[in-house]
Amino acid sequence: MLPIIFVMPLIQLLILANAATFDVKNIKFGYIDNDRSSTSRALIEKFNASSYFNIVANYPAQKLAKESMQKGHVDVLLEIPIHFERDLQNQKYNSLGVTVNAIDGAAAGVENVYITQIIQSFNKKLKIDVTQASDHLQVQPFNITTIPSFWYNKTLNYKTFMVPGILVLLVTMITLFLSGMNIVREKEIGTLEQINVTPINKSQFIIGKLFPFWIIGLGLLTIGLLIAKLVFNVPMVGSLALMYFYTSIYILVVLGIGLFISNFTDTQQQAMFIAWFFMVIFILMSGLFTPIESMPKWAQYITEFNPIKYFVEVMRMVMLKGAGFNDILPQFLKTLAYATIMNTLAVYSYKKTN
Amino acid sequence: MFGDFIAVNAINFEVKKGEIFGFLGANGAGKTTAIKMLIGISHPTSGNATIAGFDIYKNTEDIKKNIGYMSQKFALYDDLTVRENITFFGGIYGLSRKRIKEKSTTLIKELGLEDVSKNLVGSLPLGWKQKIAFSVALLHDPKIVFLDEPTGGVDPITRRQFWEMIYKAAHQGTTIFVTTHYMDEAEYCDRVSIMVNGKIEALNTPKKLKSQFNVESMNDVFLNLARG
Repeated sequence: MLPIIFVMPLIQLLILANAATFDVKNIKFGYIDNDRSSTSRALIEKFNASSYFNIVANYPAQKLAKESMQKGHVDVLLEIPIHFERDLQNQKYNSLGVTVNAIDGAAAGVENVYITQIIQSFNKKLKIDVTQASDHLQVQPFNITTIPSFWYNKTLNYKTFMVPGILVLLVTMITLFLSGMNIVREKEIGTLEQINVTPINKSQFIIGKLFPFWIIGLGLLTIGLLIAKLVFNVPMVGSLALMYFYTSIYILVVLGIGLFISNFTDTQQQAMFIAWFFMVIFILMSGLFTPIESMPKWAQYITEFNPIKYFVEVMRMVMLKGAGFNDILPQFLKTLAYATIMNTLAVYSYKKTN
Repeated sequence: MFGDFIAVNAINFEVKKGEIFGFLGANGAGKTTAIKMLIGISHPTSGNATIAGFDIYKNTEDIKKNIGYMSQKFALYDDLTVRENITFFGGIYGLSRKRIKEKSTTLIKELGLEDVSKNLVGSLPLGWKQKIAFSVALLHDPKIVFLDEPTGGVDPITRRQFWEMIYKAAHQGTTIFVTTHYMDEAEYCDRVSIMVNGKIEALNTPKKLKSQFNVESMNDVFLNLARG
């Protein structure tokens, strides 16, 4: 117990201080260049040179770009209109379409500021270029503006972003702690020994342990969704059935982890300690409060093992974007694999001997 | 029936069908450890034993179908009612719903618990709990039942009733393997073994043990052996 008390907080301090950053960096940036001129390419190069944006794709058509945003592959879309360069030279004025994924309202606001700054500095550069090339002393300033449209959360409402995420946390916390404390509690009060002298087989035992918590988890989801809708008026764009289907698999992951912890510990105190350790890391590295894209690369690899990350993604995609089964397929498959592994471990780590 | 059993510090004995076998020893003599090996929740480092014809290494799950066990510590669910506990354990042992229903009704009646059958087990006095635990251990009609200090902390009247239940079960052909600290209880056993420091120092009927040591009671037999 003593090493646990000191080692666990140290690990948390080292990992979380680096990973949980509120910076908005590495924004997934995509563009549609309908003009394909030297000016449009220069503008895109400006974004590429910025440390805030990572250019992930060049879309030939709007439809593909929208699909990509729906799947969460891109968060900011820049659309350069046709005849951008010609119109700009004739009228000294043009406007660009910018689409921002605004599920995270705070991040969307920051992203919009970055975009505006880049465009303004591009305006200045254009003016300087033209001044140098011409004999006129007076050059009319260029004025490229953006028309931002915030998707999925038009009013940048904080609650729309947070409520689905917090719901994920609650479902996870309650089910993890209940299952984590459960078998170890039976060890403490001695009923587990009575069970161990019966011919019950290991998987029957684990399924028997899983089932009540699974029902409780789905019940919590139901209550949470009702409150989200009635109290916070969070939109529910996607399919409820899909939400429940995914959650029913997700809860198995959490319960598997909980029962696994329970099998390895001797007291409820130890189980609680370890469950908390994982919970804190899971929460702060889930993309719930701070964007995963802003984390260092090594931390992003760790998040791949974070079940909460997938649930947060799926919850937001389905609830706010109206994503369908195909959109959440990658998250679904990873969750399913995770559930299988954790519950197999739970069954194998349950020992009928002591 | 046991074959030969060598464990803890090399102990060796055999118990016959329908026998009440008293497994005595001072605190820390290794009684509980030996029982845990026999019922398959601890593994002996060496030696061999068979229980109801099954090997304790290879057939632990078969053994579990044929034995009942009541631990030192009350181990039914305090937060379930009497009837729920019976239903739960009946289910684990694979009894049919109908059988569980019949069993629990007769059990509750025999124990005189009709009035409290819907009360949580946790709210009942220890003596009642122990009787329920014993009945649950017998629920699936096991061939052998292991009782680890079943009457610890129980009043003399309840102890008496408890031993009546033991006799009844033995009479119906169940082998009883019981540990106890009470030497008057040792007198009730068909045969008794006394364990000292992990070894069996004496094994015989109470009557023969008393004459062997030339004393009046099992208490004196025990004192003779335990003091060495």
